[in-house]
Amino acid sequence: MSHDAIMVEGLTRVFNKNLVAVDHINFSVQEGEILGFLGPNGAGKTTTINMLITVLKPTEGNAKVCGYDINKQSSEVRNCIGVVPQEYTADEDLTGLENILLCADLYGIPREVSKKRAEELLALIELTKFKDKQVATYSGGMRRRLELACGLINRPHVFFLDEPTLGLDVQTRAATWNYIRLLKKEFGMTIFMTTHYLEEADMLCDRIAIIDHGKIVTVGAPEQLKEGLGGDIMTLSIKDAKADITGVIQKVPKVKEVRKQDGTYRIKLQDGEETAPTIIDAVRAEGYTVTRLSLTKPTLDEVYLEFTGKTMREEEEAKEQIFTQRITMRRARGERR
Amino acid sequence: MSDKNSGNSRNPLHGLWALTNRELKKWYKNPFLLFMSILQPIIWMGLFGKAMNLGAVFTNFNPTLPPTVPVEVRPLIEQAMSELSKQLLVDTFGTQDYFSYMSVGILTFVVLFTTMFSGISIVWDRRLGFLNKVLSTPVARGSIIMSKVLSAVMRSLLQAAIILGFASLLGLTPSATFSPINLLGVFAALFLISIGLSAIFILIAIRSTRWETQMAVMNLLNLPLLFSSNTLFPIHLMPDWLQTVARVNPITYVNDATRQLILYELDMQKLLFDFTYLGVFALVFTSIGILLSWKYLTR
Repeated sequence: MSHDAIMVEGLTRVFNKNLVAVDHINFSVQEGEILGFLGPNGAGKTTTINMLITVLKPTEGNAKVCGYDINKQSSEVRNCIGVVPQEYTADEDLTGLENILLCADLYGIPREVSKKRAEELLALIELTKFKDKQVATYSGGMRRRLELACGLINRPHVFFLDEPTLGLDVQTRAATWNYIRLLKKEFGMTIFMTTHYLEEADMLCDRIAIIDHGKIVTVGAPEQLKEGLGGDIMTLSIKDAKADITGVIQKVPKVKEVRKQDGTYRIKLQDGEETAPTIIDAVRAEGYTVTRLSLTKPTLDEVYLEFTGKTMREEEEAKEQIFTQRITMRRARGERR
Repeated sequence: MSDKNSGNSRNPLHGLWALTNRELKKWYKNPFLLFMSILQPIIWMGLFGKAMNLGAVFTNFNPTLPPTVPVEVRPLIEQAMSELSKQLLVDTFGTQDYFSYMSVGILTFVVLFTTMFSGISIVWDRRLGFLNKVLSTPVARGSIIMSKVLSAVMRSLLQAAIILGFASLLGLTPSATFSPINLLGVFAALFLISIGLSAIFILIAIRSTRWETQMAVMNLLNLPLLFSSNTLFPIHLMPDWLQTVARVNPITYVNDATRQLILYELDMQKLLFDFTYLGVFALVFTSIGILLSWKYLTR
């Protein structure tokens, strides 16, 4: 890698002199990578994104986006990024096309260029048919796609997505992921996204950073994080309930831990798909018959709970944020204001 | 992927017109809103100008003369009294016709009420996330503020033009020295006041996240601003303390300028002072607005 698309060093933001929203975080995002920023409500995700897109000033620390300093070269940063905020920001009274062209004008893109790009983007997100309809008539999924198109009109190097599928139903969410993948393939930019849908992070992201209480608690590829939990889990029962084959299983390579509970064996192992048949062979070789078997891979949910704990968050969220999220949810469901 | 091609033609004002046009489109694409904003000043003018006809107090003054007054002098006295009341009207309002006096004042009134709402839209833009998105683009912070100012100015000037047309149908009588060129002056004065006023109301809203606060501020300011000026009543008949307030109130100077241009004989020196006052007012508040936008739009 020649250089990192995003470099964050000691970035900190304190609100009202005592609320530390983001606490000296460090991370980097490589060119062409999708980094997912995961964390509970109020963990500091949106605050971090707002600092990186130069809408919020850091209290301390610094970051470089596309090689530009967010404190000193904010207008260069703004030029090379695209942003899709959590909220639906497209103007409901304007048409889809008008909204995209408005975004283009904000970047100072000449009309002849922006018209061409707008048509291309509309075709990619399959909104060409609806481009002259008022956004007020769009569904939640259509609005999300429109936001994606608006964010890409300046051909950004780094694309910021804040909760890209908040409030969408499962089908629309899956479709939105496809659009994100498609756009990434088309334009090849680096993506920084926040989410609190774990399967979304798992499906889309090359690497994941989990943030909690303003600090990054872990960073890594989804697979790597899951591995970090200690591997897959296999449960197994045999016909002869009285026998104890713990020792037999223990000897199989890549088995890390075996526990017998109520006649079933709970086995922690690595590379479950390959190790499981070996275990079965070993058990049969000793003359026992396997009656039941299951293999589960750890999910990102478990990783997440491991790092952020299981207690529910009672922290007071900013009223403003709750209000905007409510509006976002309602619009996602296609309700009018 | 490069953004180079998007950076070439950029000037510092890029995006200003796009944002202004967005505001205007929201208005003219909504026929109901457009209709209401044209209807409202017309209703106000009809009601104020015709119902609250202060002029009638003077011209309908027809007391019954005592029977001791000889018949032959009665017409003389009646004529003298009628002359007197006309004189009183001219002394008070500078014209014989209160409706003309008032309808010119309504021009400023419309500007005041239209610009007042310019602050609300910035509060909504903040709440709905649009402001954040605009702030993440290379648009100048000052342009964000100025787009709100400009759209309010354009709307209020159009409304004022409608009022003026309507008032002349209802009987607005310009002075003998009036020429259509004076209209340019009228709109220049209205332009300056609407710039200044909308800058003030946007400044109040610049950090606000609650439109309720905006409404409260507007309700606090609108009628006092109107009544502490010469919009409906001349200031030389007000108590001293109110006269002092009215002489600071920029609305007094627009009214003076527009009335001179439409109803009175021009006093160049006074007119020049009116325009200077309005110009300084507009300049000061837009400068403050642009300066503060750098500091306060980004939190």
